[in-house]
Amino acid sequence: MKKLLGITLFLLVVYGALMVSHENAASFDTHFLLGQRIGLYGILSLAAGLLIVTGGIDLSMGSLVCLCSTVFGLLVVRYQVSIALAFLAMILLGGVVGLANGLLVTKLRLQPFMVTLCGLFIFRSIARWMTGEAKIDELAQNLGPLPDFFEGAIAGMPVYLWVLLLLIVVGTIFLHFSVFGRYFVAIGSNERAARYSGIATDFYRIFAFVLCSVLTALYSFLALMNSPSVAPSTTGQNDELGAIAAAVLGGCTLRGGEGTIYGMIAGTAIIQILRMMNTFWGIPSAVEGIMIGTILLLGIIVDELLRQRERSRSVL
Amino acid sequence: MAHDPGRGTDFKSVLPSVPAIEARGISKRFPGVQALADVHLQAYPGETLAVVGENGAGKSTLMKILGGVQPPDAGEIRVQDQPVAIHSVKDAERYGIVVIHQELNLAEHLDVAGNIFLGREPTRGGILRLVDPIIHERAAAIARRLGLDVSTRTMVERLSVGHQQLVEIARALSLSSRVLILDEPTSSLTERESARLFDVLRELKKQGLCIIYISHRLKEVEEIADRVSVLRDGRNAGELAGAAIHHDAIVRLMVGRELRQFFTRHAPERPVRETPILEASNVRWSAQQQEGVSFQLLSGEIVGMAGLMGAGRSELAETIFGVRTLRTGEIRVSGRRLKLKSPAQAIAAGILLVPEDRRVQGLVLSNSVQHNISLASLNTVSRMGLVQPRRECELAQRMVDQLRVRTPSLQQLVGLLSGGNQQKVVLAKWLCRTPTVLILDEPTRGIDVGAKAEIYSLIDQLARSGMAIWMISSDLEEILGMSDRVLVMHEGRLAGEVARSELSEEAIMRLATGGAL
Repeated sequence: MKKLLGITLFLLVVYGALMVSHENAASFDTHFLLGQRIGLYGILSLAAGLLIVTGGIDLSMGSLVCLCSTVFGLLVVRYQVSIALAFLAMILLGGVVGLANGLLVTKLRLQPFMVTLCGLFIFRSIARWMTGEAKIDELAQNLGPLPDFFEGAIAGMPVYLWVLLLLIVVGTIFLHFSVFGRYFVAIGSNERAARYSGIATDFYRIFAFVLCSVLTALYSFLALMNSPSVAPSTTGQNDELGAIAAAVLGGCTLRGGEGTIYGMIAGTAIIQILRMMNTFWGIPSAVEGIMIGTILLLGIIVDELLRQRERSRSVL
Repeated sequence: MAHDPGRGTDFKSVLPSVPAIEARGISKRFPGVQALADVHLQAYPGETLAVVGENGAGKSTLMKILGGVQPPDAGEIRVQDQPVAIHSVKDAERYGIVVIHQELNLAEHLDVAGNIFLGREPTRGGILRLVDPIIHERAAAIARRLGLDVSTRTMVERLSVGHQQLVEIARALSLSSRVLILDEPTSSLTERESARLFDVLRELKKQGLCIIYISHRLKEVEEIADRVSVLRDGRNAGELAGAAIHHDAIVRLMVGRELRQFFTRHAPERPVRETPILEASNVRWSAQQQEGVSFQLLSGEIVGMAGLMGAGRSELAETIFGVRTLRTGEIRVSGRRLKLKSPAQAIAAGILLVPEDRRVQGLVLSNSVQHNISLASLNTVSRMGLVQPRRECELAQRMVDQLRVRTPSLQQLVGLLSGGNQQKVVLAKWLCRTPTVLILDEPTRGIDVGAKAEIYSLIDQLARSGMAIWMISSDLEEILGMSDRVLVMHEGRLAGEVARSELSEEAIMRLATGGAL
């Protein structure tokens, strides 16, 4: 609870700073754009965060975004497959990748970090190879009214934010109120104790990997609606790092067993507000990394200090 | 010279009058708890002082203060009658005080010599000299003093726990320490290893070392201590010396009252039903086993299982619980054959395991009491996959009341409870599923006397209600006090069975060490 309060306070401070940073900051347009970005990147943070809660991690998310986008683009542009089918193929691809990661981690007992590091190399490489390093630019004219729809608003709120809101509701019920979520937390905190309690730990860990990759695939689709072109060498680059940063900033720890849906979204919001503030202040985007890195570092230092204080209290 | 009829020479008269270490008026406060209040302690060279007390009595805090891990709020520490300021472990080591913690602190991937000289590696021109035979000779000399009969080039990870502990003591000796503090040193040792440790400690004592020995196992204290200092609720509760050191006397000081009936096994009023509830035949979990293990459990009986560390008791339990793969053999529950793939099937059949190490296998320490209790029974308190908070809370509250778990609230993190209350939470997790066979692996390891007594009486009640209890324990007192019959394992096989009427420590140890009845 203390943690969530801290995150919320921090979010408010950052938001306040954004508001005073520029005369246009309080405008509807700014908020709309911010809503779109949070809606989009929030999905990726949920994907990373839910996996981190079970003690896993996925470094291949950005490369998977690239591969999913490439597959979708090629299907639609080169093979004239319908958008619905191409979308399904993309989600399926995500599912298969997640299943493969999960099986390697649980059945062969490989470390998630290593397995997904390999994925990071492999997926982007496949995408570049399939396209011969060429960009897929002609996507826009094949998507019909879809980009306009997703870029637009329903009841004044960006569609991306509606999508995220839906995921937040489902995710909150899933992680905080369902048996599944309880098992996720237990496995992330102490997998052996969970196994000794009769929980099918392998199943849930695999499930978490599949969930992460499927959400990543969903994000890839929505991101394509936002900018309908694929550049296999850059699309999705470092997306996993942003997502992990948001989740950790929002209170997930890489030790596993800790994290809230609210925190993951708050973490995303903080990062997106910071980015926007940079634009307003005219800070070169080169500096963005320094800001986000420093704030993340401060966040984990505070978290660790709090934890040590708790611990020194408990040890008699 | 006073003569003590019980113990030969009165140690005090032959000891130097200056304590090796003395604590005067030590106080330490943690938020909400006065851990130590005006505690005094003196320990002399050439004596073994046992410090005992229930969990939370302040033993560990006191040792942390002496060892430089934590500073006291008030009070003075004197070494050789000189006041000293100990701010760190390094400081303590400089004054010749070394603490050997319950969890060993060794670099597993270094060899014995490397560990003994860790942090003080001799170098020549900045280059490590660990390969140098002289270093190994120096290490070996210390090892010989301890009867540590392994090559100093052995990797520590390949040593048994008993040997690893001797490596830590060797490290302490290489620091030329004068005060050796051991915190629960035998908690993961076999009987034989413990016996050797005691020989080593006696030898070190003769050489003039001061040994401070912390243990829950009062039998050991009787065996090894020259003097016993008892702490209760952070205060000195009393001292015993020489022949006055006696189990009951110590317990009286520890709890401040007489524990009349410590072991509460009431022999069943009517004979237990003869149809077995659990039948294991020819069970094997490892390719190295020559023969499988076969045994039966009847409902309403408490079957103790004794054996040395590594005899395969926990492995057998884990195999029958479905954690380990069953290589050969079969397991029947109430006559029906059990298809085991994971603990889920065992649990469904009513076989439940309270594992050996509650912190590693039994509990999710960073979760609340409530979440831990309900973890294995969530299906009973949820609807359509959603946990019903009210029903979960009721379930947890019922178990907490029934087992008298002392916790400020159901939301308290389990990791913050005392060992005894943690163990009760593990029990609660299983008892709300009403088991038919309850496997208890080291049910009272590392928990205080009061909680032990409560757990014993609970085990007795459960057996009387018809549950079959299989109690694995390295604590012979516990095995003798609670079991209706005892199975003894030795090197992965069942070495024999001892009936209650023939129960004795000797009979069990003979079987456990490979002898015959």
